[in-house]
Parts: sequence; structure tokens; C-alpha cells
Amino acid sequence: MKYSYFPGCSLRGLGRAYEESLLPVMQHLGVELQELDDWNCCGATAYMAVDEAKACVLAARNLALAERSGLHQVMAPCAACYLVLNKTKHYLQDYPAMKAKIDRALAAVDLTYSGNMPVRHPLDILLNDVGLEAIKRRVQRPLKGLKVAPYYGCQIVRPYSTFDDQNNPTSMDRLIEALGATVVRYPLKTKCCGGSLTGTVPRAGIRMVYILLDEARKRGADCLATVCPLCQFNLDAYHADVKSTYGGVALPTVYFTQLMGLAFGLPESQLGLNRAAVRFKWRPAPAGAPPPPSAATPAPVTA
Amino acid sequence: MKIHRTIKYESDCVRGFGRELMSVPGCEQLERCIQCGTCSGVCPLSIYMDYTPRQVMALTRADFKREVLHSHTIWLCASCYACTVECPQEIRITDIMYELKQRAILERVYPRGFPIPVLAREFTAMVRKHGRITEMVLVIRLFLQTSWLAALGNWRLGLDLMRTGRFSLITERIKRRHEIARMFDALDGTKGKGP
Repeated sequence: MKYSYFPGCSLRGLGRAYEESLLPVMQHLGVELQELDDWNCCGATAYMAVDEAKACVLAARNLALAERSGLHQVMAPCAACYLVLNKTKHYLQDYPAMKAKIDRALAAVDLTYSGNMPVRHPLDILLNDVGLEAIKRRVQRPLKGLKVAPYYGCQIVRPYSTFDDQNNPTSMDRLIEALGATVVRYPLKTKCCGGSLTGTVPRAGIRMVYILLDEARKRGADCLATVCPLCQFNLDAYHADVKSTYGGVALPTVYFTQLMGLAFGLPESQLGLNRAAVRFKWRPAPAGAPPPPSAATPAPVTA
Repeated sequence: MKIHRTIKYESDCVRGFGRELMSVPGCEQLERCIQCGTCSGVCPLSIYMDYTPRQVMALTRADFKREVLHSHTIWLCASCYACTVECPQEIRITDIMYELKQRAILERVYPRGFPIPVLAREFTAMVRKHGRITEMVLVIRLFLQTSWLAALGNWRLGLDLMRTGRFSLITERIKRRHEIARMFDALDGTKGKGP
């Protein structure tokens, strides 16, 4: 199993814990990743608001680079990158005039894009290529007793859901269960985190973050698990603002890959757990330890 | 007491605006809007909007260009696609919001000092120049241009980012930066190789 790998800007910035945990986990499962040579910003949501042809060509350059790499699929872990690359693919397919325009722009830098590069999210690859059975076999330290609220956010299921249900995605639920943890029912799993509004219109953004955190708390979760660097940042970095407006909800938000790393028994130093403002302090019992008595509860999670 | 007319007159329209917008790829389905309001119901931000998404759809189709381009609604849209997915008429509402944002930027009618268009502008300038985004630099530039006070209010966030090793001001850039410029030039038709 070998894929082109498109990290995206966030995984080199605020979301670096995602890449830090993703790479060792994938390596541990025998998934080979080859970083896309000289990849550029996907354009995210901001470029679409300025110029759609330019937004398209930014994404298309990455798709063309993926094609040139000789590998047949590209993995995009950031939800925004995943959406933008998929959206561009659809756009080029549906609008031949736009495709011709983009082709000309790519040709100016000796690139071509045929239109057929599958863009995959790591969750998709883990469930459908690696398989839950193979993942279960790697679990050394089951996350027994940990209650997780699976939070998917918008952009890996909307508007193009290629591997999961749009209204009630379950791929991360199943993955978390395979790690031995308990999934709490979390109906807000695809509700928007506010995106960049936390920074631009805090009054609106902070409220959205609070609703997500508070619902997870009410449902007894010890943490939220996320698949998107912006969701993780929003749910982690604004606790002070949430506290001053609505009261504190001290719940940590981790990447699903960090939970996988813990369950696989990978060294903690490889998982970027120290990158969060609200530390995730829960740890599974060491491998081979006797199962804890049933009354034992996980160590309380504190901010 | 200051009063103003709240009922729209036909003379407030810019004839042809709706038709022209519906000719943009991705926006064609707007013609089929049945004004059911599903978009406004599922929108997590409609409670803050001056016009709900349903109203923006109706105003756009009815040529009320000034009203939609000046509305806060288009800037509050966080691109979560909930409306697009739920719309029974398969109208790509999020994409229409993008299109309206583009026109508002083009015509410079967005609210002054409103941070969201500034973010879009700073973001695109950074991508054009470096090919990638350095998030911390982007955030700092945004605050400098919109609200010093907000930047100061976020001192705790800044400290958290430093403490957790995420506060990086080293510019991320691609090697072949000229490729971005050349592709954009080709799109603009200035130095393109032609069909």
C-alpha cells in the first residue's frame, strides 16, 4: 500500500500534532506515504471567495503533481484540503470549459492532469484498504474505559461524501471501537465548528465551539476525537473564551490518529500529545497488565 | 427617531443581476428555489444574519444586487455545506455564497474593517507570493489590519501556542514559486500560451 501524501499547510502549522501522530501510525500499519513533491496550498475556503478559477488551478496543480508522482492515489488528511481537491475534481468533470482553462494554465508550467486522481482521507484508507481487523491486531494497549465523542465536522462528509454517510458517518466510530474505547452517541458529529469565525467573528464562533464541547460533556465523553486540524484548533484553543462567556467545559480534543498511536503502544513522544492547550491525560493500561477491576474509572481528565 | 423604508421597491433592483449570476457554473439551480427555508433552518449561523440564506436566494434571483452584496450573510457563511446537502432542489447554496463574496470583493462593497474579507485578501496574497500559508503570520496580519484590541485580547491564546510549540513565524514556501505566478498569468490571459 503506497500513496502520495498531501499534508497541507495546517499540518505544518497549528495542526502539526496531526502529522506527528499520523505518520508513525501509518508506518506501523505498513502504509507507505510519499510526500507530494513541492505541493502548494490547496486554496482552502478563502480562495474560493476571491476567484474560483485560481482556486481551482491551485488544487489542480497538486492533483497534477500527484499524477506525475506515478502513484495512483493521493491521501489528504486535512478536511479542508480533502474537500477542495475533491471539489476541484468534480468541478473539472462537470464543466469542460473550466477544465480547458485549467489545462491551459497547467500547461504553462508543463503539468497535465487527466482528471482521475482519487483523493482519499486517512479514515477511508484505514477502514477500506487497511481494514479494521488489521488495525485490531496491532492494538497493544486497548483504550478500555475511555469514552470518546467522535466529531467529524463538515468537510469530509459534505458536500462530497465518498466513503461514509453524509448525515450519520460511522467510520471513526468503528475505528475508535476497534481500539477498545467506548463511543458515546454524539448527534452533533457533523455540525460545523465555526471554521475561521472563531478568529473573525468570535461572538458567533465561540458559541459554536461551546455547543460542541458542552454536548460532548453532557454525554459523558472524556474527550472529542477529530479528523480536521481546524476543528481541533477551535475546540482546543478557545477554552478561555468559552469559559468567560458560557462557563468552563474542560474537555480535551485529540486527533483520531493520537488515539490509535496510544492503543498501538507507540512512544508518546511521537504522538504530539503535548501540542494541545487542554492536555489529554488519560492513558491506557500498559500492555500485559491485568485488566482493571470493573469499578475502576479512567483517570479524570482535567484541563 | 430615525425611520427608513423596509419594503423593497422594484426600482431598487439591478436588472439582470440574478439571471447573470445563475449563468455561473454551479449556480444554475437557483432558478428552481421553492423558498422552503430548509437552508435557513439548517444553517448554524442564520441566527446572526441580516438576511437568512432563504432570503438571500430570493433577493438574488429577484435582482436585488445591492442588498445581497452588502449583507453580512455572505461573510458569515462558514462553508459547512449543510444547506447545500439538505436543499431539496439541489441548489449549491454554499457556492452561490462564494460567488456573491467574489462580487462583493470585486466591487469593494464589503463592510469596512470587517475581518472576513480581509482574511480572504491576506490569504490569497500569501498563497500568490509563497505558494503556502504560514498560519501564525496570517493570523497576525489579520489582527494588525482589523483590530489591535482583539489581538491584545488573545494574548492567552498566543502564550498557549508558544507553550505547545505551535507559534511559528518561519515562512512556509514552495520551491517553484514561479509556477504559481505563471499559472495565474495564464488564467488572466496576460502571458498564457493560448489554446
